[in-house]
Amino acid sequence: MKKITLNVNGQQHVVAVDPETPLLFVLSDELGLRGPRFGCGMAQCGACTVIMRGQVVRSCVMPVSAVGQDEVTTLEGLGTPEKPHPIQQAFIEEGAAQCGFCLSGVILTAKAVLDTKPDASDQEIRDALGGILCRCFTHTRMLRAIRKYAEAIRA
Amino acid sequence: MTQSRREFLKSCGALIVSFSAGSLRVLSAQSQGQFGTHPSHIDPEKLDSWLAVGADGIITAYTGKCDFGQGIFTAQSQLVAEELCVPIDRVKLIQCDTSVCPDQGTTSGSQSTPTNFNSESLALAAATAREALLGLAAVKLGERVEQLTVADGIITSNMGRYVRYEELIGNKHFNVLLSATAKRRSSRDWTVLGKPIPSLDRTALMTGQFEFVHHVRIPGMLHGRVVRPPEMGATVVHVDEQSVRSVPGLVKVVVRKNFIGVVAETQYQAALAARKLAVQWNPGPELPSHNSFFDHLRKQPSHDVLSVDSRDIEAQLAAASHVIRAIYTYPYQMHGSVGASCAVAEVKPESATVWSATQSVYPTRSIVAKLLNMPVDTVRVIYVRGSGCYGLNGADAVSFDAAILSQAVGRPVRLQFSRQDEMMWENFGSACVVEHRAGMARDGSIVVWDREDWVASLGNRPGYDIPGNVITGMLLGYEAELPEPRSAKAPGGKFRNQSNTVPSYFAGCVAGGCGGGGTIRSERALTHTVRSPFFTGPLRSPLRIQNTFANECFIDELCAHAKADPVAFRLQHLQNSRVIGVLKAAADAASWQARPSPMANFSRAQTVSGRGIACVAYEGDNGYAALVAEVDVDLQTGTVRPKRFIIALDCGPVSNPDGLRNQTEGGILQGMSRALVEEVTWDNRRVTSVDWETYKSLHLDSEMPTVETVFVTPADRPATGAGETAITVTPAAIGNAIFDATSARLRDLPFTPERVKAALLADRGARA
Repeated sequence: MKKITLNVNGQQHVVAVDPETPLLFVLSDELGLRGPRFGCGMAQCGACTVIMRGQVVRSCVMPVSAVGQDEVTTLEGLGTPEKPHPIQQAFIEEGAAQCGFCLSGVILTAKAVLDTKPDASDQEIRDALGGILCRCFTHTRMLRAIRKYAEAIRA
Repeated sequence: MTQSRREFLKSCGALIVSFSAGSLRVLSAQSQGQFGTHPSHIDPEKLDSWLAVGADGIITAYTGKCDFGQGIFTAQSQLVAEELCVPIDRVKLIQCDTSVCPDQGTTSGSQSTPTNFNSESLALAAATAREALLGLAAVKLGERVEQLTVADGIITSNMGRYVRYEELIGNKHFNVLLSATAKRRSSRDWTVLGKPIPSLDRTALMTGQFEFVHHVRIPGMLHGRVVRPPEMGATVVHVDEQSVRSVPGLVKVVVRKNFIGVVAETQYQAALAARKLAVQWNPGPELPSHNSFFDHLRKQPSHDVLSVDSRDIEAQLAAASHVIRAIYTYPYQMHGSVGASCAVAEVKPESATVWSATQSVYPTRSIVAKLLNMPVDTVRVIYVRGSGCYGLNGADAVSFDAAILSQAVGRPVRLQFSRQDEMMWENFGSACVVEHRAGMARDGSIVVWDREDWVASLGNRPGYDIPGNVITGMLLGYEAELPEPRSAKAPGGKFRNQSNTVPSYFAGCVAGGCGGGGTIRSERALTHTVRSPFFTGPLRSPLRIQNTFANECFIDELCAHAKADPVAFRLQHLQNSRVIGVLKAAADAASWQARPSPMANFSRAQTVSGRGIACVAYEGDNGYAALVAEVDVDLQTGTVRPKRFIIALDCGPVSNPDGLRNQTEGGILQGMSRALVEEVTWDNRRVTSVDWETYKSLHLDSEMPTVETVFVTPADRPATGAGETAITVTPAAIGNAIFDATSARLRDLPFTPERVKAALLADRGARA
């Protein structure tokens, strides 16, 4: 057990855990966050996605000790039900979910790519989503919501 | 969803529940159902079992049909709001909690809508409640019921006097039975039902607030993992507990027969212990070769059922002008939920609570009671949504496992499967072989069609008393449901087509009555169910998708032989008006050009395009769909790229058009993934599809076609299921489009580039 300080969604937390613990388990079990979820534990599906330094990270394979001072943003860190982030708003408007389990990967990956490159082409956005799995196959609505957000930030 | 879910579970009067998982415990077995209904004994004949009006005017409704992403939570809320004439935000729906909800079995088989949206169960309860409230208002206001109108939860007389629901009955029992004569509001008058109301879980989902079963936390909760055998049929020789002594936080290694689990303080420690635990296993039996599996299947002893048999097949085939024969194969496929299954159980000596994503809370309660050796009414199962399941994924097994671990350690346990636990041991969708023989007349019409299929089967949903139907039960020594070899009896009773074994074009004549959808009277459909080496169970459109793939591709072969247009040829052999309706609607919407397949002039380009159609009467009478697929095929690489799908869907009155479109789009694209890439693989010892590298699914970077959905809604028909109809026709429509584009017929799913190339070669060879 080791005391580790984490910056998550704008708040500092101190947790006492085995430093090898995957970040995902700390986020969900120690901090009670619901955005990142366990899908595969092998970085193959994206359900555990968080953002660090503007990049998407698979929190299921990142040891918590490797996070350091970097701010971690989870799906709930983007916006609230009362004030959703514009990309969340686009997903709400398009009804781009069925079970919704995969949404951290979908929304955060799209946000990260568009934050880095607001004029990313559809192909570039799709390529970025390569490791993301939605088994309900809400693909068309999700891509529509992402396009809507992309258009809004370009405007 | 936190807030709203908390409120959903806050019922009126006697029952005040708040949904922090912790406080739910307090209720446990002593808790009362709505207004004192005996817990776990909720009489579906009583209105109070379904519905309660609070002092605040909130209508709390209790349903046994739960939402796992298909939108039934929103649709049922709309239904209650519609029948009670209140805005939807005044309805609080509580789904699938064995302490307070009626037992509606399993949420499956496209049965939620037919059950709860027509003239029984929840719909009848809501209509009964409205009429009961009108009756009470008539007394209170001293008016006749006919002089009263209802809006917004207020009943008004034509004299202008009014009374609110809550003033009539707030926090009190109705004390009436469901009225079989209670009248549903006409779909013509609907203001809430039938409207594209955004799904109620949307904002919570998008903002990461939604509570999945994976998020349930109980004070004092430990974490578990299971240690599954390396292969089917392996048995424990020795568990070396010393091997995990160094794992910090380890609480217990639990061994019951061949069931092994570990419990630790944290999830990480549990995962570590599961990985480190050294277990010596006796090997299971060798598996039949994957490569020759379908031949193997056809040689096994089987349980045989004739759906229909006109007993003139051989004579008619002998007399036919031309006989066509083809064999189709369909592989094992997975539910492959994106989230590995999870459950939380708290087992005490006197009671047990399980938070579960099962589709079957009451059956799960019975099985948990059996496995824990506890009286069934001391067990409570509370549904909390998991990752989308599409049928019997790991949700039931993980619930049983969690309960066993919790009982063993005497503390609450959260159990999370690993990806491999989920994929190796779920109940796969059955592998099938279908062999067709059809005889054509000189005029190109079909005179005789014989169809024989072999279905691999082992286990199923556990139901109320067959734990051995899933892995946990088998490990604990229970037997699975097995196909008992026997020869077929003559078909009797009423014609049924539950599994879409029988093509829509059969007359379906059994015992003097003809219940099929078509005109072919020389007909036979014989099914051989064979023991599967792996567990099988319902996977979205179970056997319906396998059968429809084979049936709808084969009719296309007959049609090509007759050089007829695929729509016209189908119409020529159909008499079911609703199948005809969707077929015409889909063809219209797709601007279908009447011509035979394949396309007459092949371009010399590397990529060729084609269109295909397929239709179905789902389960014979539970929803109707016709789908046009437009695909590109790369002749060099063998890659198939669907570009556009146009579907016509008739499921009677639509509860929520947006929800149905979402389900339909998802169904088609999932069907496309199953048609193009999905297949469970194994070597001679074990399943080798254990993660997303070894079981393919179309990820979000896949090129996605457009999907256009047309609803066909004939007047005054009951509502049917709709969640499985679209996927059912997808593989066949794609296969037929590939044939149209290339003249190569793909008879083995999935349509991998290798198979497409092989079919192209074979086709060229045949025509050379």
